[in-house]
Amino acid sequence: MVETKPADALVEIRRISKHFGEGEARVDALRDVTLTINAREVVGLLGPSGSGKSTLLNAIACILEPDGGWMRLDGEVVYDNRWLRGNLRRLRLDKIGFIFQSHNLLPFLNCTDNVALVLTLAGWKMNAAAARARELLTYLQVEHRAAAMPGQLSGGEAQRVAIARALANRPRIILADEPTAALDSARAGIVMDLLHKLAVDQDAAIIAVTHDDKILGRLDRIYRMVDGRLAG
Amino acid sequence: MNLAFRDIRHKLGRFILTCLGLSLLLGVVVTMAGIYRGQTADALALLNATDADVWIVESGSQGPFAEASRVPGDTRELVARIYGVEEAGSLTLQTVQLLHNGRRLRIQIVGYEPGRPGAPAHLTDGRQITSSRFELIADRQTGLKVGERITLGRDNFTVVGLTSGVVTLSGDSVLYMALRDAQQLQFDLAPPAARKEAARGAQRSGTDFVNAVVARVSPNVPSAVIAAEIARWKHLSVLTGAQQETLLTRTVIERASRQIGLFMTVLTLVSAVIIALIVYTLTLDKTRDIATLKMIGAPDRTIIGLIVQQALLMGVSGFVIGTLLVYLFRGVFPRRIEMLPTDIAGLFVVVVVVCLAASALGVRVAVKVDPSRALAG
Repeated sequence: MVETKPADALVEIRRISKHFGEGEARVDALRDVTLTINAREVVGLLGPSGSGKSTLLNAIACILEPDGGWMRLDGEVVYDNRWLRGNLRRLRLDKIGFIFQSHNLLPFLNCTDNVALVLTLAGWKMNAAAARARELLTYLQVEHRAAAMPGQLSGGEAQRVAIARALANRPRIILADEPTAALDSARAGIVMDLLHKLAVDQDAAIIAVTHDDKILGRLDRIYRMVDGRLAG
Repeated sequence: MNLAFRDIRHKLGRFILTCLGLSLLLGVVVTMAGIYRGQTADALALLNATDADVWIVESGSQGPFAEASRVPGDTRELVARIYGVEEAGSLTLQTVQLLHNGRRLRIQIVGYEPGRPGAPAHLTDGRQITSSRFELIADRQTGLKVGERITLGRDNFTVVGLTSGVVTLSGDSVLYMALRDAQQLQFDLAPPAARKEAARGAQRSGTDFVNAVVARVSPNVPSAVIAAEIARWKHLSVLTGAQQETLLTRTVIERASRQIGLFMTVLTLVSAVIIALIVYTLTLDKTRDIATLKMIGAPDRTIIGLIVQQALLMGVSGFVIGTLLVYLFRGVFPRRIEMLPTDIAGLFVVVVVVCLAASALGVRVAVKVDPSRALAG
């Protein structure tokens, strides 16, 4: 399949499908899903449990191989009925940042090292990685917690550090899984404002899977999923 | 960034406790190796202290350590006349129990002719026996001191010298005394028994018997040549020093050594299983962290490195602590614990291999962790 890339499209998905099980147990988790997400957009992926939003997120994250379709991430066609890249982890490291529902900071690394880890995995020297990590923690206003261990952070602080980690390699695609689920309304609002700021500052596309009604008004676009299809 | 060290530092208390537990187990493995070597060293201690090239014993016997042996006392003079024999000496060996300072000692008495082969090669204190009667050289393990007097049979003896580490193959301490004293102690009847024998008209048998004759051979003459020469006499058997050593290490203590070796192997396997279980449990604890690492793009080598390095650190730390504990407390053991550097190095390599093998289970789990588990709330 040959397509012309829109100027600012960072995530392009065409007719992606995925099923689990066979026969009577067959579940079509994704059915011909097609979507485009542009730079500087914060897009919400909504839907009831089992609607396929997590499957779609996993497919975009390149940790779940679709049955068929086509996918381009940050200008690189990574899937065309098969993975076109051998090292998908390197692809994730270079192009995708992750924000998890329960922040998933490594408990044995302090905040600086949690952020710097991504950079050292990408080949940065430790000193340079630590400097960049401190810069990001400052940007996210948690520099005062740089030496703290994750267990010593509040929910909001931990999520900010997790966002700093997601930004470390300057990815242009950020996947957020329920980024505000563990936060109260005020903090959820702050995080959403921050995601908007990031989308603009980093020229990035942010895809957030959410059930959280209180942030719906803060999303640029909303995709609703029902039975593996995009409903709108 | 070394994730293994960071994780250990984060849970230092748990890691130290695990290492301590493992060190006790690996310490037992080191101890078993030490007991094995100690047993061999004990078996050879008296042989080495005697420093003889040739052992002449009763015909058909493999004495005096492995089997009983009794040869006439004048055998030494016959042996000494053989070309190539530089010097020869008679020996008696007998095991007695002695009550000393309220402690029952099991000791082996070696009777020898002062000035001839058979005397202890090295003394740590005091002097060699110079008088022909009533003097003793004792091993330090007996607790006897120079100048101390003890009673053996009907006579009092004075300790004039001390040896160190001269024991029998069963670990009993050795006492040296002049041959005449030893023969009297071994062969003379107590007065009532002697009177009874005399009353029934029994002829008094001679007491000039020894258990073995030892000889030192000229450096220019092979021991085997002397042994062959003596072997032609039908009433005697001969063993070279090397044959005695083989007899002691391969035959006399072989079963015990195999037992210890087998026990050590079982303990090593148990250690491997325990290390594998610890690594497996630690890996299960980190499943979510491993999923996160995979999700953010960490390669398998980073994750495998985390697990293998921790397994190695745990095993090596446990081994080092265990070895140090055994080294510090080896004197507490009733038998000799001989820690040879080559054995320790060999065991270290075994521990490293065991850790690598044991971490395979954890690595298998880690490699199979689905990165999407990081997304699970």
